[in-house]
Amino acid sequence: MSRLIESDQSSISRRILDAFRLDPVMVMLLLILTAFGLLTLYSASGGNMDLMLRQLTRLALASFFLILLANISIRLLKKMSIGFYLGGVVLLLGVIYFGEVGKGAQRWLDLGIIRFQPSEFMKLAMPMMLAAYLSDKVLPVGWKDLLISAGLIMLPVLLIAKQPDLGTALLVGSAGFFVLFLAGVRWKILMVLGLLVSLMTPLLWKFALHDYQRGRILTMLNPENDPLGSGYHIIQSKIAIGSGGMYGKGWLNGTQSQLDFIPERSTDFIFSVFGEEFGLFGALLLVLLYLLIIYRGLYIAACSEETYGRLLAGALSLTFFVYLFVNTGMVTGLLPVVGVPLPLVSYGGTSMVTLMVGFGMIMAIRSAKRFLR
Amino acid sequence: MAYREQLKDNFLETRLIQRRIVLSAVIVLILMSIILVRLYVLQVVEHDHFSTLSNSNRVRLKALPPTRGLIYDRNGVVLADNLPAYRLEIIREQVADLDDTLKRLSEYVEISDYAIKKFRQSSERRRPFEGIPLLLNLSDEELAKLAVNLHKFEGVEINARLTRNYPLGKHAVHALGYVGHIDVRDLSQLDDANYAGTSYIGKLGLEKYYESDLHGEVGFQRVEVNASGRTLRVLDEHPPVSGNNLHLTIDSSLQRLAEELFSDENGSVVAIDPRNGEILALVSMPSFDPNLFVDGISYKDYNELRDSSSRPLFNRALTGQYPPGSTTKPFFGLAGLENSVIGHKNTVFCGGYYLLPNEERKYRDWKKTGHGKMDLDDAITQSCDVYFYSLSYSLGIDRMAEFMQHFGFGERTGIDSTSEQPGLLPSREWKRRTKGMPWFPGETLITGIGQGALLTTPLQLANATGALAMKGRRFKPHLVSSINLQPSHKIVSVEPEIVGDYQLKKEINWQHIVRGMENVVHNVRGTAHRIEQGLSYRIAGKTGTAQVFSIAQDEEYDEETVRKKLRDHALFMAFAPADDPRIALAVIVENGGHGSSVAAPIARRLMDAYLLKTPKVDKIVDEKAL
Repeated sequence: MSRLIESDQSSISRRILDAFRLDPVMVMLLLILTAFGLLTLYSASGGNMDLMLRQLTRLALASFFLILLANISIRLLKKMSIGFYLGGVVLLLGVIYFGEVGKGAQRWLDLGIIRFQPSEFMKLAMPMMLAAYLSDKVLPVGWKDLLISAGLIMLPVLLIAKQPDLGTALLVGSAGFFVLFLAGVRWKILMVLGLLVSLMTPLLWKFALHDYQRGRILTMLNPENDPLGSGYHIIQSKIAIGSGGMYGKGWLNGTQSQLDFIPERSTDFIFSVFGEEFGLFGALLLVLLYLLIIYRGLYIAACSEETYGRLLAGALSLTFFVYLFVNTGMVTGLLPVVGVPLPLVSYGGTSMVTLMVGFGMIMAIRSAKRFLR
Repeated sequence: MAYREQLKDNFLETRLIQRRIVLSAVIVLILMSIILVRLYVLQVVEHDHFSTLSNSNRVRLKALPPTRGLIYDRNGVVLADNLPAYRLEIIREQVADLDDTLKRLSEYVEISDYAIKKFRQSSERRRPFEGIPLLLNLSDEELAKLAVNLHKFEGVEINARLTRNYPLGKHAVHALGYVGHIDVRDLSQLDDANYAGTSYIGKLGLEKYYESDLHGEVGFQRVEVNASGRTLRVLDEHPPVSGNNLHLTIDSSLQRLAEELFSDENGSVVAIDPRNGEILALVSMPSFDPNLFVDGISYKDYNELRDSSSRPLFNRALTGQYPPGSTTKPFFGLAGLENSVIGHKNTVFCGGYYLLPNEERKYRDWKKTGHGKMDLDDAITQSCDVYFYSLSYSLGIDRMAEFMQHFGFGERTGIDSTSEQPGLLPSREWKRRTKGMPWFPGETLITGIGQGALLTTPLQLANATGALAMKGRRFKPHLVSSINLQPSHKIVSVEPEIVGDYQLKKEINWQHIVRGMENVVHNVRGTAHRIEQGLSYRIAGKTGTAQVFSIAQDEEYDEETVRKKLRDHALFMAFAPADDPRIALAVIVENGGHGSSVAAPIARRLMDAYLLKTPKVDKIVDEKAL
């Protein structure tokens, strides 16, 4: 009897998820992650309920977009790809000419009612565009398509790097690259590309990077050179994580975080707070959760029956991984400090919405398979 | 294009992409492993190193709150100061068993459940190494008991701190206002840096109005703290600057006398020096003890104050709006003279009521039998309503409203305190705007005897009286006479500010009005004649009675049978000495009946005390207190 009721209940929640075309596994993982995130943010912000409320509002908005996107057919998504991409490029040009300067960089476009960051939008438009373009071509990618794709990638990436926003340029560029990679660029070509990039590094160092960007890389290599200046973030973050030990100092008890020693502790450096308060075990659990989400995304990509869906879902999942990798690498002192948030945990609005829209697309790709059958 | 589409080998492409996806998954795992190894190195291998770093000393800034400025009355009596208060604090982190500690502590001092509840609430919001107050104001006895036994308690501390103190307690609270703990609403409006470490902020009255003067400037200490935030030693110090001291125009002995004179009655007195706008006394009765609010009032006390039917929290002097009743008659009389609607010798016959042309309604005089033949002087002296019905009818509401503005009716006086109300000066335009209705002639009559929509605050009425005493010159009333700036000790005086200087067309008209007002007290027929006995100077005054409810036509008003709450408000406004005014005041006794019997004697006693300095004010109060 009780079994009957139980199965009945589960089928109800299942039916609700199905009605919204949501992937139950992914929904569960995302819920656990955001719960973790809110818990950490509460501690990192020093119990600032105002801030929590704003984050919850954004979460609600982002979830709404997730559900919205999950219910769009991928045919429509594919048709919109070119438009989105071109629109994104136009907006990026708009930022350069009419944008607002915030924190020393031009990233925002004021559209009257909302302020909007077109580079964020490009994180989605880029893989959509390339997936739409390459899915109509014969794979693996030939030279001609490769060159066109490279152009499609470089144009927005350069525009974003010019703002300058290295973190987002990196994320947008890798989103495009992942589509190419999944579409089967030959290893020979990849090797040539790798060689070219490493040859160009000294040139990029000299001409393409801003002083502060060069500074960040130097700092990453040797933070102790400038312990109170640019090395401060990394040193404090490492102390926080390191002093957390195996089991952490406990929620709300991180001295580094609670005593304001970690700068940007509710945004880009929130992982330091997590590492300090929950220790290695907590960090392992968090990383595991992220990996499960990424693998679920890749699994959906592999099971998709359309090339467009496969490429897009795969690229979006891998971009999510880049967030994770760059952020954790940065706070542990392995990578230079670039402004990449810890996905779905860091305080901040735009990235939250972008990521959830991405997961909405992945779910749309999953249901395309289910419902086509 | 279509041709190439056909060449696409779906099976091969699927294999290709799936292979690449698996490959990516492997790369993801490898890269993530690097991060995990890194975490392992940081958190396990180098854990001790980072632990030491984390525990090592840090330099932090610690705010030193400034001492709040003191407040003195005009004779140097302290009205608000800061007293050291000892409080018992518990550092949560150092207490192993909180319940046990609380139990053992209660053997020495009484700890209420409310205190424990508040303690638990605030300990949730604070960091475990911060001291959280359990008891706020320890008595000397409690302090002694605890200090001797403190060594038995780990993590329990006694800390001294300055608290705001109002030595006069409930006296003068409506003039001073009070401070309280900074709450969320205050936080959004203040300068975080300057209030770091401050626990009080002005909530009401002077304390709020002069917050920026009283607060002072925050100081800083650079201290070395360990990672748990505890101060190890002070590196250097930038001392705070105390708030500026305020010297008030209030005479606290006059203020106390006024409060004593009210005994159980509710009401308000405002006394002003008409020559400069200095407020000598600002009384609203009943009153309450502001010390209750300083460290947070208990719910029980607050509910009691809030729910009391006599409304002690309500500042009647600034916020109470009353119909001024017959106290408006001198002003309207002057308006009549100035507009040449009447001459001071012209008479009106008062037969007990007045009729508007073409109307049947009787506008009744307070004296049923009528006053007989009245000129302006008689009409003010005996407060004849019919005379003023007739005068208002000739003047019309437009000219009346316009004239009253010269005395500040219907607008805030601009006193240096909070929550002042503007009163209401009705006009044709006002009625159309707020009620969407035309003005009726009957309303003009009612306004002419200070009833109807016309409303004034006691402060406004006192200030208008002052303007009458000064022959049209009106000052902005103020409570602060000078500010003693810190740390320079430079004294900045508040200059009297003239806000109106009304010139009559015929200077002689002042005399006609003032004579009438003097006769109110000094003529045997005057409505306030009973206070004349033994007067060694001349008072110019006017009684008033403000209706709380209206009487239907042909209905008898019997004071005895009407319940106290519905009885009329008694008013009296006056200035003295009549030929050289030094004090102007307005008295309102709620539900006091007639102005002559309750309000006027209060005014007389206050004027005696202020002008003659006899009988010795402090003595009287002290005797009564004993």
